[in-house]
Amino acid sequence: MASIFDKKIFDEIEESHVKWNKKLEKDFSSRPERLERFSTVSDREIKRIYTPKDAGDLDFMRDIGFPGDYPFTRGVQPSMYRGRLWTMRMFAGLGSATDTNKRFHHLVKEGQTGLSTAFDMPTLMGYDSDSPKARGECGKCGVAIDNLKDMEDLFDGLPIDRITTSMTINPPASVLWAMYIAMAENRGIDRNVIGGTIQNDMLKEFIAQKTFMCPPKPSVRIIADTVEFGTNEIPRWNTISISGYHIREAGSTAVQELAFTIADGIAYTQAAIDRGLNVDDFAPRFSFFFNSHLDFFEEVAKFRAARRMWARIMKERFKAKDPRSWWLRFHTQTAGCSLTAQQPYNNVVRTALQALAAVMGGTQSLHTNSLDEVLAIPTEEAATIALRTQQIIAEESGVANTIDPLGGSYFVESLTNQMEEEAFEIIKRIDDMGGMLAAIERNYPQQEIADAAYNYQIQIDKKIKTVVGVNKYVTDEEIPVEVLEIDEELEKLQIEKTNRVKTERDNNKVKEGLAEVGEACAGNENIMESLIKAVKSYATLQEVCDVYRDVFGEYRDPGIY
Amino acid sequence: MVNKRRIRVMVAKPGLDGHDRGARIIARAYRDAGFEVVYSGLHQTPEEIVEASIQEDVDMIGLSSLAGAHNYLFPRTVELLREKGADDIIVCGGGIIPDEDIPVLKEKGIKEIFTPGTTLDNIVKWVKENVKPR
Repeated sequence: MASIFDKKIFDEIEESHVKWNKKLEKDFSSRPERLERFSTVSDREIKRIYTPKDAGDLDFMRDIGFPGDYPFTRGVQPSMYRGRLWTMRMFAGLGSATDTNKRFHHLVKEGQTGLSTAFDMPTLMGYDSDSPKARGECGKCGVAIDNLKDMEDLFDGLPIDRITTSMTINPPASVLWAMYIAMAENRGIDRNVIGGTIQNDMLKEFIAQKTFMCPPKPSVRIIADTVEFGTNEIPRWNTISISGYHIREAGSTAVQELAFTIADGIAYTQAAIDRGLNVDDFAPRFSFFFNSHLDFFEEVAKFRAARRMWARIMKERFKAKDPRSWWLRFHTQTAGCSLTAQQPYNNVVRTALQALAAVMGGTQSLHTNSLDEVLAIPTEEAATIALRTQQIIAEESGVANTIDPLGGSYFVESLTNQMEEEAFEIIKRIDDMGGMLAAIERNYPQQEIADAAYNYQIQIDKKIKTVVGVNKYVTDEEIPVEVLEIDEELEKLQIEKTNRVKTERDNNKVKEGLAEVGEACAGNENIMESLIKAVKSYATLQEVCDVYRDVFGEYRDPGIY
Repeated sequence: MVNKRRIRVMVAKPGLDGHDRGARIIARAYRDAGFEVVYSGLHQTPEEIVEASIQEDVDMIGLSSLAGAHNYLFPRTVELLREKGADDIIVCGGGIIPDEDIPVLKEKGIKEIFTPGTTLDNIVKWVKENVKPR
């Protein structure tokens, strides 16, 4: 196939480019360039100008094409935002189930189109609120869910047959999902009606976010069980959200985020195939989750490269035939780590730019961070401004009028190519190590991220990279913002509530249910039906997770720095 | 006699919070500054941190918290050091700590709190000025 630009035009451009560069050098000899080296937030060097030469090997049909067509560089659906806007999905969770339920009702009333649940640390780690390990953490950075009663209160009055729910939960994802299914069934809603996502991505936990429970191998086995169960029983559920977000927040570069996330996706696909599943039966329900950081064009290129890479991997490596298996559908969250405690109102602007990059990159859903998120869980007012930011981008700015508006930009196409190439090199290295599980055991991704995070911090300290309000344009007097506080009483009330549930339930049923979970874990049986039965008897999250810990053992942080 | 021992520091992550980017960067900065560094790894209880700090004979513990549980975890660490008669180990903390919590934490024995935006140089300088090898 032919390149976009023919050879003759190419030579003319090259000639002009050389001339232009000479002229510039002369100008810069008397008044030098603003910076010695121009680079992205990920420290990628950026050239003065990009020309067709930089995108010269591009083949329009092979590399760019049309949205909805392989390799999906321009978007997974043919219509993209001309048909339907992205889902505005604000992550929320605070205090008790009842507190969070109120916030959900508020967000739905304000025009949010999907729910997204943040759990507190004990829930994320599979502990109940009354565990000694949970002291001081109940309801602090999300909602506390100890058992089915809390799950029922959390979604009380919300139309879960019409609205989809995302749950950011990893080691105990299978248990919380079982509670959600149980809650729906108790409300008379069939399991094939409900829709949503569980994050359920343990590999990136070992790499970056660090909420873990069992060692990597059994963790992947539990995930394979959920993928299998979802494929057969809950057709509208995304059983895994393969996440780069936390990898980036931990300090990786954009290319590392891209490479490690896709390598995780390869590992999960292989695990499900090894389970005996047909790739085209489960792959269409895999979804992805990326960060949108500050470097606008690099982020747009990252999203475009991710789509193209996944399509190529699914088609060529895993021989998937259903085009939906080739789709990389993704959620995006703006970069929490880019927000500053200093001059916090500036965070609204940072978030808007990052949200714009996600939209230009063709995201399927988006969470925009609130200005106060660097200080505490957002207030209702701050969360509303963040949602309004998306609505302004969607309905006022005009950027959603056409599909992939940056497609064809010499700069963006060149970046897209570069990032794809570099990410494939990293994936090759991981393959050579024996895949992502082996790479994690060697601490390879962990160490790479630690190095990148440290380098970035040094650049900020040395003022090579600017952080407005932190190392430049600093003000003495800070305008205070209102910060949400979680009542310390909550812990006591939540423990009382859980104790009440424990005295009212049939403990024989609980025992029986937990024993069945144990048998399923120890054997080869899929764990999901036994989990749903156990949580319906009001077995608590920790009671179930203790079974996991007993059967599979516990993972300890190797403490790499 | 000149004490040639280097400053020994433990960087610790108490509680269930997994945000370790800051703690690990600080650990590396301490190492680069010539301190001897012990990093606890994640998900440590205050009891485990105090026990390890005594065994490792450190001069200072730097606690990191970004998930809101500092008001319990930081004072609890100081309290346990006192109980064990090891309160000559200096405790400082960092992370997402609201301004209004800082005086309360200091009153309870946390010597200094470093909030986001503090440079590594300033943190290292503070340690050199305030922590002496015991």
